[in-house]
Amino acid sequence: MGEAIVITSGKGGVGKTTTTANVGTALALLGKRVCLVDTDIGLRNLDVVMGLENRIIYDLVDVVEGRCTIQKALVKDKRFDDQLYLLPAAQTSDKTAVTPEQMKRLVEELKQDYDYVLIDCPAGIEQGYKNAVAGADAAIVVTTPEVSAVRDADRIIGLLEKEEHIKPPRLVINRIRGHMVKNGDMLDIDEIVMHLSIDLLGIIADDENVIKASNNGEPIVLDPSSRASISYRNIARRILGESVPLQPLEEEQKGLFAKIKKLFSVR
Amino acid sequence: MNRQKQSYVTIKGTKDGLTLHLDDTCSYDDLIAELEEKLTVNEPKESDGPLVSVHLKVGNRYLTPKQEEELRALIRGKNNLVVQSIDSNVITKEEALQWKRKTEIVSVSKIVRSGQVLHVQGDLLLIGDVNPGGTVIAGGNIFILGALRGIAHAGYYGNKDAVIAASIMKPMQLRISDVMSRAPDYKTDERNEMECAYIDDDNQIVVDRLQLLTHLRPNLSR
Repeated sequence: MGEAIVITSGKGGVGKTTTTANVGTALALLGKRVCLVDTDIGLRNLDVVMGLENRIIYDLVDVVEGRCTIQKALVKDKRFDDQLYLLPAAQTSDKTAVTPEQMKRLVEELKQDYDYVLIDCPAGIEQGYKNAVAGADAAIVVTTPEVSAVRDADRIIGLLEKEEHIKPPRLVINRIRGHMVKNGDMLDIDEIVMHLSIDLLGIIADDENVIKASNNGEPIVLDPSSRASISYRNIARRILGESVPLQPLEEEQKGLFAKIKKLFSVR
Repeated sequence: MNRQKQSYVTIKGTKDGLTLHLDDTCSYDDLIAELEEKLTVNEPKESDGPLVSVHLKVGNRYLTPKQEEELRALIRGKNNLVVQSIDSNVITKEEALQWKRKTEIVSVSKIVRSGQVLHVQGDLLLIGDVNPGGTVIAGGNIFILGALRGIAHAGYYGNKDAVIAASIMKPMQLRISDVMSRAPDYKTDERNEMECAYIDDDNQIVVDRLQLLTHLRPNLSR
């Protein structure tokens, strides 16, 4: 019996889909059987980020309405050997095509076959959100170091705390720009965590390669050299229960001069 | 049945008028009848004397608002008498519960997040924070053992003496009774001492050191 985790944020554009794709892929890399479920009906794009767009035949609405079995609708990721699957959302209907009860049954069924079911939640707190959280056992809240995103994350955490079947949500802070935080132009991590007062699951530095990788349909996690990739892998390890320290935000300065500066702690 | 022997109504004169002790064991109808009789007997002849205030002590009898009205009308119907107060030892359960709700301190341990509203009838003791976009409302005072970063509304039913106190006072808005104030648009310097908000003599909300409350609202000690 696996665990269903919903990835949500309230605000749009903070990186829910990217986080779902990368954490899911990272869990698969660690040898778990993972199913990604896109609940953003009408505006799906988890399939695009995963590079599986052109293999979709059936979708979530087809399954819910009984037009096909779950197994038929699942799209297998060829990069893995029977580890990673995607249940795509429908593009032709809208959020009201599915009810929370139907989602709950669907996720319950998927949990039988997979170690982790990651549910990509649409932005907002309406029907789409309710569908996404209906079947979840745990939640990851994604935010960026912006006041508006943190405000919405706070709202979502409040709503998640009301759902009794969901464990206390955990936080991922996405797209942190180290130099801006250092200059005090961006909210720093401690401030956000203190404000939201939930456990921090991971932080991800702003990295252009993430966008490049998404556009190519290759989750960044598959490129082990990138900083964001390591962050996502660390998040996956923390989900599995390992205790992994947070990465430092700034890259170590190299060279003799930097070492001397560090010695005198000049910043 | 001889009503003269048993006296249900005792009239006493005091320096602030008359005090009527009404027996609480007889029936209401008997009481009204005797009151009517006694007042008629003792009614002064001339009607232009000064008004005499009457205090009713009804003991352990519960009077419905309608009965109270009837008593007032009966006494006012006599020359120069007007009911100043009706004092009863009993109140209904509902009134008692409402009284309790309005005066008790409700302690709540949670974080009031954006979009959430926490509403209590009496005083609120919040063990946690109010985040921006969150709202706390209390009929009485609000005490927050955390950071107030959202909206707090004390004295919701019109109590202007209500206060708001917080360990970290960084509110979006403060409201006490019908007076409102909001945070300044510029950023204030970090102060790390507990603060309180109250309505001053100019009917403005003032934020100041918590310790001042001892002098400003001595009735906070119970």
